[in-house]
Amino acid sequence: MVAAQAIDRRPGPPTFAVGRFAYRLVVALVFAFMLMPVVFVAWVSFFANEIVTFPPQGYTLSWYTRAWANRAFTDGFLTSIQVGLFSMVAGLILGIPASFAIVRGRFPGREALNALMLSPLVVPGVVAGTAIYIYFVQLEIWTDVRFVATLPGLVAAHVMLTIPWTVRLISASLVGVDRSIEEAAMNLGATPLTTFLRITLPMIRPGVVAAAIFSFIASFTDLEMTLFLIGPGRSTLQIALLQYLEWKFDPSVAAVSFVQVTIIGIGLLVTDRFVKLSKVV
Amino acid sequence: MSEVVLTRVSKHYGNVAAVREFSFTVQQGEFVALLGPSGCGKTTTLRMIAGFIPVTSGRITIGTKDVTHVPPHRRNTGMVFQGYALFPHMTVAQNVAFGLEMRKVPKAEAAPRVEEALRLVRLEGYGERYPRQLSGGQQQRVALARALVVQPEVFLLDEPLSNLDAKLRHDVRIEIRQLQRKLGLTTVFVTHDQEEALTVADRLIVMNKGEIEQIGTPEELYNRPRTHFVADFLGKSNFFSGRLEGEGIFRTTGGTALRFAGPASAGASLVAVRPEKLRLVPVDSTAEVANTARARVELVTFLGAIIETIVRLESGETVTVHSQNQTIDRHYPVGSDVLVTWGADANLILEEPAPQPA
Repeated sequence: MVAAQAIDRRPGPPTFAVGRFAYRLVVALVFAFMLMPVVFVAWVSFFANEIVTFPPQGYTLSWYTRAWANRAFTDGFLTSIQVGLFSMVAGLILGIPASFAIVRGRFPGREALNALMLSPLVVPGVVAGTAIYIYFVQLEIWTDVRFVATLPGLVAAHVMLTIPWTVRLISASLVGVDRSIEEAAMNLGATPLTTFLRITLPMIRPGVVAAAIFSFIASFTDLEMTLFLIGPGRSTLQIALLQYLEWKFDPSVAAVSFVQVTIIGIGLLVTDRFVKLSKVV
Repeated sequence: MSEVVLTRVSKHYGNVAAVREFSFTVQQGEFVALLGPSGCGKTTTLRMIAGFIPVTSGRITIGTKDVTHVPPHRRNTGMVFQGYALFPHMTVAQNVAFGLEMRKVPKAEAAPRVEEALRLVRLEGYGERYPRQLSGGQQQRVALARALVVQPEVFLLDEPLSNLDAKLRHDVRIEIRQLQRKLGLTTVFVTHDQEEALTVADRLIVMNKGEIEQIGTPEELYNRPRTHFVADFLGKSNFFSGRLEGEGIFRTTGGTALRFAGPASAGASLVAVRPEKLRLVPVDSTAEVANTARARVELVTFLGAIIETIVRLESGETVTVHSQNQTIDRHYPVGSDVLVTWGADANLILEEPAPQPA
């Protein structure tokens, strides 16, 4: 971009024009490549034929109504929303103090703790899912309390997915908070708690909002880890889609996916109003 | 407003003493400046008064109350921070009202007080703006209003002018001084700028390496520095090392005999002379002055109101002379021979030897 603008300012020899064209072409192709799956999913969701073939025999909205009528999808959707919201809130409650400790604390092992908090990002979901499943089964044997295929069990596992996002994003905001502003509040008579609620929290709000949205998305879209932790009568939307695909390959899956993409896209746009995501992520 | 008393206050970080055995009383309504180079412990001292840094040992009282172990939010000090530290998500009026809100002052009573405070710093009508919409000088005045509106017992200023440009710094400095006088504020002001300290404070505390070097009025400190550090840090000085030689005579290591007035302790080995106390006169001058030395001009620097001339005495010592830029004084070109003259009272006998180069 920068290079292109720099060249734009003065007309150069023809080789520059060729270079500029090639550059823009590459950028356009990269974007097209990245957007291709979304575009196809959206397109396919309107196909009239039951087996997806090209070219389509016509267009219809009926896959959206059929998907809406499918109990597995609507139940899965509700479960996903529930799990997503609970793990988002739990992730924030745990992630905010953890961020304070990591950014403000002076103790040995601070860097290691930071790395540990981010580690779920690099553990494959299948591995984490298996490990958590075995752990839950052990817990069930010891305590006689059910964990697998329960809402608390799912939320507990999903918090692991949200923690890296909350810690990373909130730490980034917290680093930018001038300590003397908090000191000024205390100097004016605010207790540490009041200072946190009235001064610090509003100042890190962009990070908290971004953390909330990304946590929710991380939880909502997870498939691999969740696969091990669901059971009869409790399944997330991603699992419901996978199970549906085992028997059928009709455009209703595309319709559900496109609704998901739209919801997440709106979520990101809303976040962007509070905080320029490129600055925090 | 109350007096502030620090009794043998120390702050150690591990084995390092940031502040050592600091004892001092700020009288009610007095303006005291803590002055010293960075790392001398002046800000640490201020932050201990505010309660942000716990003391390692010693006692701090504000008025009649021992606040040594009282948390900052219950100390009733009003602090102005170097970077202003305004609350960015609140308007100017909300910033100023914050302290009153914390003190549970009813809104009906708080509003006129906020207005009054903003009028005091000449920012009436700015209440609805946000800090980012104000200039540096205006933000600084909001910080002043915010600290003053709660009627603190002590007013604490941590290098409040260092982020302002030179002209503004001068204006705000005068403003702070006038406010302080008008409201009779007990004030502690931290700065590394000696000119700032000299012009605003009733008394100065010069600090060095966590300890008090000297305490006094600006005149006392400038005219009677006791140590090499003070003579060097406050204003400029020429230094002569040597030893006492009989009554009122100090012999420099270069061999120059300096006549001084007043007492001197037997071991005195260092003399300071302010550059503006020295005069350059023609070599044929016959005026009766206590100290006269032949010298050759080595460098002349034009500083505007002042002409700085560096001369080398016949003994080999170089001396800096400041003369007023006035047409009646003669100026001497580089290489010319002159007489340097100064009175006996210009020779300041210091109490300690010059620091040895490490």
